Amino acid sequence: MSAKLPAVHGSINGQAFTAAADATLLQVIRGAGLQVPTLCHLDGLTPVGACRLCLVAIEGHPKLEPACVTTVADGMVVHTHTPELETYRRMAVELFFAEGNHVCAFCVANGSCELQDVAVEVGMDHSRFPYQYPQRHVDASHPQFSLDHHRCILCTRCVRVCDEIEGAHVWDVGYRGSTCSIIAGLDQPWGDVAACTSCGKCVDVCPTGALFRKEDGTGEKHPHPERPRQLAEARSEHHWQNQ
Amino acid sequence: MGTDPTPRTITIDPVTRIEGHAKITLHLDEAGRIADARFHVVEYRGFETFCEGRPFTEMAGITARICGICPVSHLLAAAKTGDKLLAVQPPPAARKLRRLLNLAQLTQSHALSFFHLSSPDFLLGWESDPARRNVFGLMVADPDLARAGIRLRQFGQQLIERLAGRKIHSAWAVPGGVRTPMTAATAAWIRERLPEAQATVARALELYKALLDGPLQREQRTFGDFPSLFMGLVAPDGGWECIEGAIRFIDSTGQIVADGLSEDDYASFLGEAVESWSYLKFPYYKPLGYPGGMYRVGPLARLNVCERIGTAWADRELAEFRARSGTPESGGRIVTSSFAYHHARLVEIVACLEAIGQLVEDAELQSPHVRSHAGLNATEAVGVSEAPRGTLFHHYRVDDDGLITRVNLIIATGQNNLAMNRTVAQIARAFIPEPVAAGAEIPEPLLNRVEAGIRCFDPCLSCSTHAAGQMPLRMALVDAGGRVLAERVRD
Repeated sequence: MSAKLPAVHGSINGQAFTAAADATLLQVIRGAGLQVPTLCHLDGLTPVGACRLCLVAIEGHPKLEPACVTTVADGMVVHTHTPELETYRRMAVELFFAEGNHVCAFCVANGSCELQDVAVEVGMDHSRFPYQYPQRHVDASHPQFSLDHHRCILCTRCVRVCDEIEGAHVWDVGYRGSTCSIIAGLDQPWGDVAACTSCGKCVDVCPTGALFRKEDGTGEKHPHPERPRQLAEARSEHHWQNQ
Repeated sequence: MGTDPTPRTITIDPVTRIEGHAKITLHLDEAGRIADARFHVVEYRGFETFCEGRPFTEMAGITARICGICPVSHLLAAAKTGDKLLAVQPPPAARKLRRLLNLAQLTQSHALSFFHLSSPDFLLGWESDPARRNVFGLMVADPDLARAGIRLRQFGQQLIERLAGRKIHSAWAVPGGVRTPMTAATAAWIRERLPEAQATVARALELYKALLDGPLQREQRTFGDFPSLFMGLVAPDGGWECIEGAIRFIDSTGQIVADGLSEDDYASFLGEAVESWSYLKFPYYKPLGYPGGMYRVGPLARLNVCERIGTAWADRELAEFRARSGTPESGGRIVTSSFAYHHARLVEIVACLEAIGQLVEDAELQSPHVRSHAGLNATEAVGVSEAPRGTLFHHYRVDDDGLITRVNLIIATGQNNLAMNRTVAQIARAFIPEPVAAGAEIPEPLLNRVEAGIRCFDPCLSCSTHAAGQMPLRMALVDAGGRVLAERVRD
């Protein structure tokens, strides 16, 4: 067992904090009762810093840092809500909407969509970037679930939950640039991928309506983003007798 | 010879107090007489195409967005089509709940058509100031009636909201049933509000019948009074129907032309013609060809095709409707005047309110078993419902994964297209003094009657072209050489 590191001290928005030396800034921010928006982060999964919504300003750092993958350091002075950060966050959300085909009106996740919630949180009332209307498709080859690439924001929660929690590693990220997309079984139709256990964890953690149960209609998706944390805790804390 | 050597056209553009954007052109021949009239629908959206590639389970949510007035109609037709793709029968409670939702929809839409859009013409007068000839003018002239009419529509809208979660664009009906049952609180609310709604429609009927006996006699004769087929759903016993049953065609003599038709076979008896001057297609009854297969749908057609409504007050009103306006050729059985759509709407509101009163006492509507579950079991299906404006068809084809490959929507307003054009021509001939001299100004009240001919059908152009748009009216007078001689625009 590794030796426990000494605690570190700093401040967030002028509020002093003391934290374990291996804590991430996001953990400390949320532990202090403060809020920054996130889309790719999910407790229980490895953070990847993909969505850039949790960017914070750290005094002395030449650039903004994603709080989810930045470890705290002694003497850190952090700001979570500056005019610059709010501008960038709103811009990032606008880019999500502009680069996909997000139509809330008939989306399965309407009303339970994290992208929708974040848009409200950052005050996005329209996108200043032209919509790209990309030509994408729906993979409905799986008997129980569908993947609508139009709504995918490449947060990779599905990739991580399948790899880290379920252990099946069905999902990866394929292609490059604007054609970058989630792929199943090294780019097969999802229904053809023998590794898929049909557990539905990817559907549970998807922050938008990209992954959904086939019988879900408009506004019927009920995601469960808490499940990776519950499962990770249950395993590490031996909630099951036979472990 | 006439007064002008070249034929001309009168244009009414845009047509007002309808749901959508349209114009009317009146074409004059070389003698200055009305040669033809065209109702042009000038908007386009292409819903059928952009549904392709979507999961069929989304179709209820997508197609409800076609229209803000009758989203429920599309919702129900889409859900019924979805039932067939799943190859399931929704639980009895779900079928009754869908019916209740459609009754609320018919009530609110008919109230909107009668009180908000059409009644200003006959309650305030065809010659009244156009700036005040609207629901706001009605509020000034008869605030109690205007309030009652608005509250009648509110009753329908709020019932939709209570059942389906929101007044417009709900996605409550789903393939296999509906999402939630009726609550006890909603049942109590219906019981509380129903008497007021019934009193309002009773008052409107009394007012309207008095007008029919007096100043509206000429309109009743000249607003699209001609023989045609009528199409609508009827119950297995021939009774009035709004969501289930089978399709019946009846002619102007009361002869049943076709009965027991299934929506599945619509392509065998309905054709869709296209004209270069309108985005609205021209459906026709195939056995009689185009344009001879002209038929009408909607409230007038539903009252013509049915044997009875099945509730006491509505059946009395139906008998009086036929006694007042039925043609001698049909022994009073069939009403052919398109102006009678207004009266038919009021009779249907009575029918809806009585049916709502019966359904609310059915405990099954509060059953939690409202949805049948299944996977995809068919790759092609047709669903049908009676929208306020008439019979609505949704036809989907899907691939083996349930993704839409083809959609065809046949909308009520489109099915009245041939009849609307004929109505406009008949009114123009009746009210516009011929020959029309070159440079002659057509008096506004006369043009208003031409517009009002369209309003009889309560057309919904957003639905019928699946298109977005305002509701202005444009009318043009065009000569035989295509020159626009006079044009009126009202926003």
